[in-house]
Amino acid sequence: MEKTLAEKILSDKSDTEVYAGDIIIVPLDLVFVQDSTGPLTLRQFNESNLNTIHNPERSILFIDHSVPSPARELSNDHMFLRGFAKEKGVVLSDIGEGICHQIVAESFASPGNVIVGADSHTVTGGALGAFATGMGSTDVAIALALGKTWLRVPETIKVVVNGRLAKGVYAKDLILHLIGQIGADGATYKALEFSGETVGMMAMSERLTIANMVVEAGAKVGLFPADSVTQSYLESQGRGKQYIALQPDADATYESTIEINAAQLEPTVSKPHTVDNIALVKELKGTHVAQVFIGTCTNGRLDDLRIAADILKGRRRHPRTRLIVAPASKKVLLAALAEGYIKTLVESGASIVPPGCAACLGVHQGVLGDGEACVSTANRNFKGRMGNPAAFIYLASPATAAATAICGEISAPREFL
Amino acid sequence: MLKGKAFKFGDNISTDHIVPGRLLHLRSNLAELAKHVFEDIDPKFTERVASGDFVVAGKNFGLGSSREHAPLVIKMSGVSAVLVKSVARIFFRNAINVGLPVLICDTDMIDNGDKLEVNLEAGKISDLTNKAQLSFSKMPEIMLRILDEGGLIPYIKKYKDFTVNPGSD
Ligand code: SF4
Repeated sequence: MEKTLAEKILSDKSDTEVYAGDIIIVPLDLVFVQDSTGPLTLRQFNESNLNTIHNPERSILFIDHSVPSPARELSNDHMFLRGFAKEKGVVLSDIGEGICHQIVAESFASPGNVIVGADSHTVTGGALGAFATGMGSTDVAIALALGKTWLRVPETIKVVVNGRLAKGVYAKDLILHLIGQIGADGATYKALEFSGETVGMMAMSERLTIANMVVEAGAKVGLFPADSVTQSYLESQGRGKQYIALQPDADATYESTIEINAAQLEPTVSKPHTVDNIALVKELKGTHVAQVFIGTCTNGRLDDLRIAADILKGRRRHPRTRLIVAPASKKVLLAALAEGYIKTLVESGASIVPPGCAACLGVHQGVLGDGEACVSTANRNFKGRMGNPAAFIYLASPATAAATAICGEISAPREFL
Repeated sequence: MLKGKAFKFGDNISTDHIVPGRLLHLRSNLAELAKHVFEDIDPKFTERVASGDFVVAGKNFGLGSSREHAPLVIKMSGVSAVLVKSVARIFFRNAINVGLPVLICDTDMIDNGDKLEVNLEAGKISDLTNKAQLSFSKMPEIMLRILDEGGLIPYIKKYKDFTVNPGSD
C-alpha cells in the first residue's frame, strides 16, 4: 500500500509496514532536552533506575533558554545539566551555542530520522524530512534510557502550495495564514505534509519556519520532502553524506488536502492572545508598538537577519520602539557578523543579545511592561508568554517586524523593499 | 470513584496559562511552582481547590509548550482528573505519564462549581448538581496501562521496557 511521508519514515525505522492509526515502538536517531525541561527529565531518568543512556553521542542537553542565566535557581539547573552531561558522557551544548532546534537543523537532523525532544518545537526538524516531535520530560527521560519510544502513526493532512509569494510576503505569512485557516487545534495528533511548486522552491530557512510552527495547529509533525534543497543545505553544513531523497508515494492516503495559492497571500500577523487569531497587517494600521523582537527558532536564522538588515539599512528604529535581535545560533551570529548585518542592525538602533531563546519565553532580555505591545518573529503569543500577562504580542515575519520598528506602528514591509 | 467540584475554564487553555514561562526559575522547586497554577486566569484557584476536585475545560486544553510541569502542578494542587472536549497531544501524554487522568467528554453540560462523580473503570461521569450523565472516550491501551501503574516511571520500573504489543490501539 502506498505511504505518506510519516508512514514511510516510521515503517522504515520500525521495520514493519505501518499506517495511520497503528501504535508502534520505534528506535530514535536523536534525543534531546533543553534547560527548562531538562532538569525534570534528568530527575525522572534518575528516578527510573535505568541508569544508562542508550546512545550518549546522539543524546544532547542544550542550555539555550535562559542564557546567560538571569537567576540563581536557573544557574543551579544549568550546573545540574552540565554535571549530568559529564557523568554520562552525553553531548552538552552550552550557553552561546544557540537554540536547540537551530543546532539540530544545522548539525544533526537528516532525512528519514526519528527525533524526539523535550520541547514542543522539535517539529522544526520536519523541514529536513525527519519525523521530529516534541514530548514531555518523562517520555524523553525514558527515550534517553531506552533509545526508543512509543508512537501512534498519525493521519496526514496534505498541504499543497502553488504560486509565487508576492514581494514582502514570506514563509511566515504562509504558516500564519494556514494556522488561521485551520485553527489552533486544526491538526491535533496529525501530520502535516507540505508539497506543491512553491514548497519545491522554498529555501531551507523558510521550510524550517513553517515546520517550526505546525505545532501551533496541534500537529505532531510537519514534514517536507527531502529534495535538492535539502541536499544543498546538508552540503552547506558539511553533512552532504547524510542526504537521502524522500518523497511520499503518489497514491498515499491523506485525511484531507488543503490548497493554498501563495500568490494571494499578504503580510499577516497573529493578534493577541492566540496564534490562530490572524489579521492582515493592513488591517492593523495605527497599532503602536513598544518593542520589536527578531529572533527565535522560528525566525532567527541568517536569511531572517538579512531580510531585517536590508530593510533597516540607512534607517533608524522609531524613537518609541525598542528593537531586540537574537541570532538563533553561534553559526548564525558569526555569519551575520561576516556579512555586515549585525553592524547594520546595531546602527539602526537594535540591541543584539546572545544566541538563544532570549525574549521569547519571558524570563529575561526583553520582558514587556504593562499594556505594551510587541511585534515578535516568534511562534507564540499566549497571554503572559513574554513575561507579562498585561502585555500584547503580535507575531509577524522579520520583514514586517523590521518595517514596524521603523514606523513605530504595525506596518507592511513593501515600501522599504 | 473520584469526587469533587468542577473548576471550569474555556477553550485553548495553554501551558502558559497553567504555569507561565516567567516562573521558569521555580521549575526545580515544584512545591513553590504549584502555588501559582492557573494564576493568570484564576488568581484564587489554589486557595479554593480541594483534594479530588476537577479541572473542566473546552477544546484544545494544554496546547503550547511541552512543559510537563503543567500537568504535574495540576495534580499537585489536588485535582483528580481533567475533563475536556479535546486535549493537545503533548499535554495528553504528559498527564498520563505523571498519573493525571484526562477524560475527553462533552463538557458543555458541566458548570463551574458543579459537584461531580467520575467512575474511571466504567467510563462514566455524573454531574450531581444538574443530574447529567456523561461518558468519556476510551484511551489507547498503552496509555491505560501506564495510567494503571500510576505513570510512566512506575510502569518502566516494573516492566523495564514498553511491553504493549504494537497494533493494540
Ligand atoms: S526560541 Fe522560543 S519557541 Fe523556540 S525553543 Fe526557544 S523558547 Fe521555545
